[in-house]
Amino acid sequence: MAGVLVLLSIALITVYFRESAGGGLHQVQSAGAAVLRPFEVAADRVSQPFRDAYNYFAGLVDAKSENNKLRKQVEQLRQQASLNLSAVGENADLRQKLHFVNSARYPNGFDYVGASIIAQPPSSLEQQILIDAGSSSGIQKDDPVVTGEGLIGTVVRAANNQSLIALLTDDATSVSAIDVKTRAPGIVKAGSSFDHVGKDLRVDSGDMLVTAGWKAEGLSSIYPYGIPIGQVTSVGQNEVDLYKHVQLQPFANFSTLSSVLVLIPKKR
Amino acid sequence: MTADIAKAAGLLFVAAIVQVTLLSEIDVFHGAPDLVLVTLVSIALLRGTVFGAAAGFGVGLVVDTATLQTLGVTSLLLTIAGYWIGRYGETTGRDRTHAPFVSVAVVTFLYSLGVLILHYMLGDPVSASRVLLNAFPFELIFNLILTLPVYALCRRLFRPPASGLEEVQLLG
Repeated sequence: MAGVLVLLSIALITVYFRESAGGGLHQVQSAGAAVLRPFEVAADRVSQPFRDAYNYFAGLVDAKSENNKLRKQVEQLRQQASLNLSAVGENADLRQKLHFVNSARYPNGFDYVGASIIAQPPSSLEQQILIDAGSSSGIQKDDPVVTGEGLIGTVVRAANNQSLIALLTDDATSVSAIDVKTRAPGIVKAGSSFDHVGKDLRVDSGDMLVTAGWKAEGLSSIYPYGIPIGQVTSVGQNEVDLYKHVQLQPFANFSTLSSVLVLIPKKR
Repeated sequence: MTADIAKAAGLLFVAAIVQVTLLSEIDVFHGAPDLVLVTLVSIALLRGTVFGAAAGFGVGLVVDTATLQTLGVTSLLLTIAGYWIGRYGETTGRDRTHAPFVSVAVVTFLYSLGVLILHYMLGDPVSASRVLLNAFPFELIFNLILTLPVYALCRRLFRPPASGLEEVQLLG
């Protein structure tokens, strides 16, 4: 009996395997499956509430680990978004610098070194920044530092791979400047006042100030001519003082600096 | 005998439907409980070789039909399993407490091996490590858990046959 059933099974396998999808056994199987279908549907419906309950509790068990996983993912994505935003800002900044380097405003006789700011001033009292390029890149003390917006400051100390920059807004920084429109010369101090402008000279509010870049008897300004410094915001004078009182607003936004260009004279 | 056939057919049919609709969805490292196998082992253990082989063949056909698998594969394996466990029951195992568990454990392993070999011979893509290493331990645990209630139910439905030895009162 058992032997007959085994042989019958083998015969079924052989015939089923050899015949086409439309063969007799396939059709019988399809008909049998159709007969069984209502029972399967009934069993499925009866078991559905139990299955839902199981899935609900299984979901609760998984929910905690999934929640932790998603939290980590959100944190990673947030960091990525932050990096992306930073990269966008840096890209715009670098494009601006590239534009400046390729423009007519870029001073002749100077090479440049791009550098990122690695340390900002710890307080508003200290107007100095640290950049990640130094003497190994050819940077020396008193080299001017600029961005696409204008003058930033000067190098006050150059280490091998780092340099300390005194910002234009530092109290010790003085820059020979000139009013582009009226050609009135003066000295920009601490990035906020345009001093030593004679009362007979004309300076108007809104005028643009650039570096004067003077040369006299073998000496020359450390700043080349024509680097934008800022815009005159107010002009005044009185009977007592010898010079006008001129206030200005620097073009560079020192609070959002991320990278700078150090101008290096081709001939030292 | 007819009543036994009807009860076995009903029980195995329900087991097959539950297996293909509900239990086959359980997946713990590719392992799932096999209610059909456990039910067949229990019936074969209580009713012997012919009954076990015929029940295995029939329920195998139902499973293959419901799942649209190659007709005869499950039948072949369950026929052999039913016959073999029936033989074990007829000889030594039936009255032993551990017999259902031993039978289920051995048949679960051999059935997995048989499935692997048959599908390999038919050219189906099968993975021995997946069937024997990943799935088998969990399938064995599930089946052993099912054995206790299923065998108890079968024992209630199919009373063990009388041993043939009856007490004889000697006269004289």
